[in-house]
Amino acid sequence: MNAQPVITDAMNKDFVLAVEGLTVSFDGFKAVNDLSFYVDENEIRVIIGPNGAGKTTVLDLICGRTKATAGSIKFKDRELTRMKEHEIVRAGIGRKFQNPSIYEDLTVFENLEISYPKGRSVAGALAFRRDAAVKERVQEIAETIFLADQLDQRAEYLSHGQKQWLEIGMLLIQDPELLMLDEPVAGMSVSERKKTAELLNTIIKNRSVIVIEHDMKFVEDIAHKVTVLHQGKILSEGPMAKVQADPKVIEVYLGH
Amino acid sequence: MTAPVKSGRTFFLRPQDMIGIVILAILLLVVLPLTLDNFRLQFVGKYLTYAFVALGLVLCWGYAGILSLGQGVFFGLGGYCMAMFLKLEASSVENTKIQTTPGIPDFMDWNQITALPWFWEPFRSFGFTTIAVVLVPAFFALLVGYALFKRRVGGVYFAIITQALAAIMTILIIGQQGYTGGINGITDLRTLHGWDIRTDSAKTVLYFVCVALLIGCILLAYYVKSSKLGRILVAMRDKEDRVRFSGYDVSSFKIFVFCLAASLSAIGGAMFTLQVGFMSPSFVGIVPSIEMVIYTAVGGRLSILGAIYGTLLVNWAKTSFSESFPELWLFGLGGMFIAVVLIFPNGIAGLYQVYVAPHLGPLFGGAKRKVTPPAATPPAAGSAAPAAAE
Amino acid sequence: MFSDYSLAELGSIFVMQGFAGLILFSVFVLMALGLAIIFGQMGVINMAHGEFMILGAYVTYFTSQFFLNHLPALFTAYFFVAMILAFIASGALGMFIEWAMIRRLYKRPLDTLLATWGLSLILQQLYRSVFGPREVGVELPQWMMGSLPLTDTIEVQINGLFVMGLTIAITVVVAVLMYKSSWGKQVRAVVQNRVMAGAVGINTEKVDRYTFGLGCGIAGVAGSAFTMIGSTGPTSGQLYIVDTFLVVVFGGAQSLLGTIASAFTISQAQSTMEFFLSGSMAKVLTLLGVVIILMLRPQGLFVIKVRR
Repeated sequence: MNAQPVITDAMNKDFVLAVEGLTVSFDGFKAVNDLSFYVDENEIRVIIGPNGAGKTTVLDLICGRTKATAGSIKFKDRELTRMKEHEIVRAGIGRKFQNPSIYEDLTVFENLEISYPKGRSVAGALAFRRDAAVKERVQEIAETIFLADQLDQRAEYLSHGQKQWLEIGMLLIQDPELLMLDEPVAGMSVSERKKTAELLNTIIKNRSVIVIEHDMKFVEDIAHKVTVLHQGKILSEGPMAKVQADPKVIEVYLGH
Repeated sequence: MTAPVKSGRTFFLRPQDMIGIVILAILLLVVLPLTLDNFRLQFVGKYLTYAFVALGLVLCWGYAGILSLGQGVFFGLGGYCMAMFLKLEASSVENTKIQTTPGIPDFMDWNQITALPWFWEPFRSFGFTTIAVVLVPAFFALLVGYALFKRRVGGVYFAIITQALAAIMTILIIGQQGYTGGINGITDLRTLHGWDIRTDSAKTVLYFVCVALLIGCILLAYYVKSSKLGRILVAMRDKEDRVRFSGYDVSSFKIFVFCLAASLSAIGGAMFTLQVGFMSPSFVGIVPSIEMVIYTAVGGRLSILGAIYGTLLVNWAKTSFSESFPELWLFGLGGMFIAVVLIFPNGIAGLYQVYVAPHLGPLFGGAKRKVTPPAATPPAAGSAAPAAAE
Repeated sequence: MFSDYSLAELGSIFVMQGFAGLILFSVFVLMALGLAIIFGQMGVINMAHGEFMILGAYVTYFTSQFFLNHLPALFTAYFFVAMILAFIASGALGMFIEWAMIRRLYKRPLDTLLATWGLSLILQQLYRSVFGPREVGVELPQWMMGSLPLTDTIEVQINGLFVMGLTIAITVVVAVLMYKSSWGKQVRAVVQNRVMAGAVGINTEKVDRYTFGLGCGIAGVAGSAFTMIGSTGPTSGQLYIVDTFLVVVFGGAQSLLGTIASAFTISQAQSTMEFFLSGSMAKVLTLLGVVIILMLRPQGLFVIKVRR
């Protein structure tokens, strides 16, 4: 599948995530086309690009929601393209969806508890005990995501922003090495946005993060490196300043 | 540290669950046996065998959102396993010496079969039979569940395929008369290890055995419901992808709950055979299978105890209507299907929650509820109403 | 088992069996067309589809009785009148049901399934109470009776040929309606994005109602055609419902062509096997085959890979 396996193996070692030659086509339409990029340890990478550029599809491919047509995705030297979704999660990748994806019929506590990385098999879930360690960890996360006083509330009754935080909390409790966030501040009020930026700044320590975001101010604040996608291909990559100065990027964003 | 975490209970039954179970036990073990004559009590015993199916459906459909329209298949498999054992005991050589081939069930002899088929052979052992009652349907459910859930078939497709399986099973049983007894089923069952199950006293004993097993299964269902697995089922029904991306193999949980529902149904089927004295394809097909869904829906698809009351109520209505106005029954049953969907999606349990519980103390599920019980319309996910049930 | 037959006889048997399969195919297609619209386009499971079909059959029966008693001169043409009446009766009932029940359930497919099952029970009992429990059959006009000899050993029934022709005609009409007319475009627009369709000025409620009505109306016509080859009873509709759903699912619910291809496969498989095995085993093996293929390929035979 991969055109240059020899070179990549040597290079992969340093990267947490190595995406190479990644292609996916839907009925002939290539949503992602021969894409390659690398994410370092503790790096915060922001993916930007116009609508339909394939940003969400890239995250779908990494977390196994969509199967690649060609190419490879290596996470700490493990090939992800052949793994099942839950195996990818267990390997250490967390994914937040664009729309808050939480369990409305359960309480905030139960939402977090389900994401707690223990008792993930059928037998494990039957035997799972809500011990002190679990309660402590849930409490700790709940405080981080500003929901400590809502633990017994059904998630259905949270505000939109609170739901987004809850989902972020559900990822945090898994303690993933690679965190992928799809538009974490979309649809939030100004004050919620501020709080979220603060929240993200605390949680991105000690892990690699891939963020899709449209809010340029927000991107500027957090990004180590920016990847600009356009029509399934990389248009430009590098630090924010470099990308902003790239004439190709200006053309795509302003030219049309 | 703000609000303390209340969710720290260690025992799997809440006080109001325990009281509910005790009330049900008193009703079934004391009140009904004292007030009903033998004939009526045997009817209740028969209805209760369907309650096992309804119980399985609460977990499978109510909690996990998997609607199986083929539960009759599992009820039948359990029932047939038991019937095969009893039939073999009833077909001893001296009982069947007028046959061309003595020692095999009568219907085989009528169909010119001269030796017992290999798959009947192990059912000479009661031990094997009891294990088979639980495991054969579970194995069958495992095959179906594995094939479908691993490929993410769910919702209406799963319902249609399980319904097709119920159709296939019925046609197969009817078509293979010589091995299954055909449309008449396996009849003329007499003794269990020499104990005549046809007498009134035996039927009373079997009634109590059935109630005891049912209560055991109710406790099991409560355990599953209150475990983390129970919450995962609810979570899956709501946001399957989120569960998957929290590191769970969603299909294995679905397979588990489908197999559990199958085994529960099969226990009911076996108890049916013991109490009623025969098993036939009319309890296997499309129509009985979907009727079993209505028991659960009337009781409240999310309520374990509701399923039992729903089963009793629907069957009681069926018997009384069929006795006096047979024509009205189908209208009533059809109306029930429509009503539980359009008017009270949480069934009896939902009505109890809204109208009765608030007037009772917290021990009966009243009070303590900060938010009003959910409105009459379940959420978009398709299958399930919010958890409002006890 | 073939040794008893000569080669020519064997050939004739296959042709005749194939023809029997074609009649079954026509029934499947007629029933499945309505379902393909309702299930495939709207995503609604209508378990009472068979009862809508039977309504069409009863309408046809009563029309034939009316012509026989009052207009014997026009009896040869009664069927065409009956077909139109059947379409109107089933379609009108369908629109009423959509208004009273289905429209509240669009987001709850499993609940729709249960509610329409309830409806089917009520309709069955209604037919039994009103039309009686006995099966009724129509009297065929003279020109539809008898059979057409193709060779010395092969002959085909005229009523069978007529039903096939009718099937082709109805299929063509439905295909044109769904894929060529502006109404078909509206239906597909509503299915794909209800909010957007509403925003560009499509009356989505009206489209839903007419689509459901059309699907039920076609079921009525199917019932009308069904009287040509079989008799009608209160529960006749239920006999076909599982097969029809399998046909639609097997074909890939969205595709009209898939529905036709899968109806052809299933009907031919069943009628060919019926020759070798008992009827019940042929049915078991056909259904089991379909279920197993669906387990291996759950999206059905014809489906487009779409972006989620």
